[in-house]
Amino acid sequence: MSEALLKVEGLKQHFPISRRFSVKAVNGVSFEIHSGETYGLVGESGSGKTTIGRSVIRLYDPTAGSIRFQGREISGRLDKDTRAMLRRDMQMIFQDPMSSLNPRKKVGDTIGEGLDIHRRYADPAQRQQAVGAMLKKVGLSPAHAERYPHQFSGGQRQRVGIARALIMDPKLIIADECISALDVSIQAQVVNLMKDIQEETKCAYLFIAHDLSMVKYISDRIGVLHLGYLVETGTTDEIFSHPIHPYTKSLLSAVPHPNPEVEKRRQSVAYDKNASGVDYAQGTEHRVGGTHTVLGTDEEVARWMK
Amino acid sequence: MANKTILEIKDLDISFRTNAGSIHAIRGVDLDLQKGETVAIVGESGSGKSVTMKAAVGLLDANATVNSGRVLYTYSQGDGPEQTVDLLQMPKKQLRKSINGNRIAMVFQDPMTSLDPTMQIGRQIMEGMLLHRGISTQEAWKRSVELLELVGITDAEKRMKQYPHQLSGGMRQRVVIAIALSGGPDILICDEPTTALDVTIQAKILELIKEVQDRMGLSVIYITHDLGVVAKVADYVNVMYAGKIVEVGNVNEIFYQPAHPYTWGLLSAMPDLDTDDHRLYSIPGSPPSLLHEPAGDAFTPRNAFAMAIDEKAAPPLFKISDTHYAATWLLHPDAPQAELPEGLRVRLERARKEAEKYL
Repeated sequence: MSEALLKVEGLKQHFPISRRFSVKAVNGVSFEIHSGETYGLVGESGSGKTTIGRSVIRLYDPTAGSIRFQGREISGRLDKDTRAMLRRDMQMIFQDPMSSLNPRKKVGDTIGEGLDIHRRYADPAQRQQAVGAMLKKVGLSPAHAERYPHQFSGGQRQRVGIARALIMDPKLIIADECISALDVSIQAQVVNLMKDIQEETKCAYLFIAHDLSMVKYISDRIGVLHLGYLVETGTTDEIFSHPIHPYTKSLLSAVPHPNPEVEKRRQSVAYDKNASGVDYAQGTEHRVGGTHTVLGTDEEVARWMK
Repeated sequence: MANKTILEIKDLDISFRTNAGSIHAIRGVDLDLQKGETVAIVGESGSGKSVTMKAAVGLLDANATVNSGRVLYTYSQGDGPEQTVDLLQMPKKQLRKSINGNRIAMVFQDPMTSLDPTMQIGRQIMEGMLLHRGISTQEAWKRSVELLELVGITDAEKRMKQYPHQLSGGMRQRVVIAIALSGGPDILICDEPTTALDVTIQAKILELIKEVQDRMGLSVIYITHDLGVVAKVADYVNVMYAGKIVEVGNVNEIFYQPAHPYTWGLLSAMPDLDTDDHRLYSIPGSPPSLLHEPAGDAFTPRNAFAMAIDEKAAPPLFKISDTHYAATWLLHPDAPQAELPEGLRVRLERARKEAEKYL
């Protein structure tokens, strides 16, 4: 296979709080995303999934590690060319569509802003047409370009957020909890839209969420994060059918099934990291088959595999 | 279980005055809660599920008007005779004194905003007991420690002196539950108790509420939009849409034989771990604004199965079984047979098959 679209190796992101103490949000995470696929990142709050997304798109300066995007290193200082490439080809959809859209700007201008910055049009008519076409693609009408964010409903606003990300025709879209703030019936609409767009434009998604059933539905491969370590990664089937790490097992057992007779009899599996005596820092990546890797020491992995 | 109705909401109708006009948020809601049972109210945001329960405990905002309806609460004082009161008619002062916190307690969505950040959690648990019970501080302290242990907090003595910010989200929600239980209530209302929590902690909190319910014989009302939570905890389910209850039934009826198109939509919009269809079935459009009340069925514009009559008249609740009712014209004897969406049909069959293993 050719080189991955995005290759993250040993990414560390620490936030200094004082001279002595820093929050180690991400501790050496490695994964790859190939063109046109969806990589899901799951984990509880505080596990560092959002931080990874933000480090990759360079909203933060990574502490250590390498991030290669389309064959170029983007973890260090960015030269003008690389920065332009990064800002064009990688886009983000945020969690809360209300706070990620400028309330004083018409949504047409919010969507068109990328075109303005990268000078992607010859005359205003062409810009207007591009914005209109994009609105249509996400299921809104071109006339909506003249409206302000508060005039939309939650689901429509998230569509605007998607249109804003898509207008640059990105290769990779980082979707950070982009459906968590929406109602159940609207979530399905937005997820369907994201799938349609992927089919059409062949873009890749880094899909960050805590809702495992949705992640399973949309992702090709999944990474499970806990306390800043990627404890297990593999294809969706590998993770869901053959989980190995105790944290993954506990996470999967906690997903509620919409089936009362089954659900009422099920007890979730508890996982207490302190009690289990697992030290993530001691662990190394173990390949257990295919693309499925688990973090742990030799003996831990042998025990979990049993 | 003795079939004794403890809370009965009858024909509740509430509207809110706003600058834009009057919003008819609750349009005739009926709801029963039996002693020791768990009832869930499911719906999207704005469907009126929280407002219904807030009305029952007298926590409505100042711009709300109760147009009609009764909330009948049956209780007995100690070993005294049973009495039934209409909570909507009760003076606010008396309601606060004798019902709120004491007999009907509420757990809210976000534990950080429902706890006082400047007060030690011990004091917060004791507060209600000191006010309602008139017991001594030492006695209240002792009981608080017991409550903290009951909700699964270790080192309870030490925790009493801590502040909310020193606890994790799950711990905080446990404290909120302990406060709710401090008055020894009959009814516990949980308004999205786990929405702000992670899945692993969510499972623990739900199991905790269930355990406490069994031990204390509580009746619980869950307000939620998460059908997974409903499947886990509920005995009866009320599906709400645009201020009305559109389907009601016991949990198996709702999950294995749903009758209302909106329930179909809700069930299929949420992928379960076995879903592998290419597309999720989704309900088109978005919930209606009740500023302009629809003449017919409020769900019509989003309903793929809508008929001409849906635009003219709102359907009554049709009876399917003794416990199962749904408000859709599809159940009318003259209505054409509606086919379930393919994906959902497959899924319901799979769910029934899985369930058969246990029945």
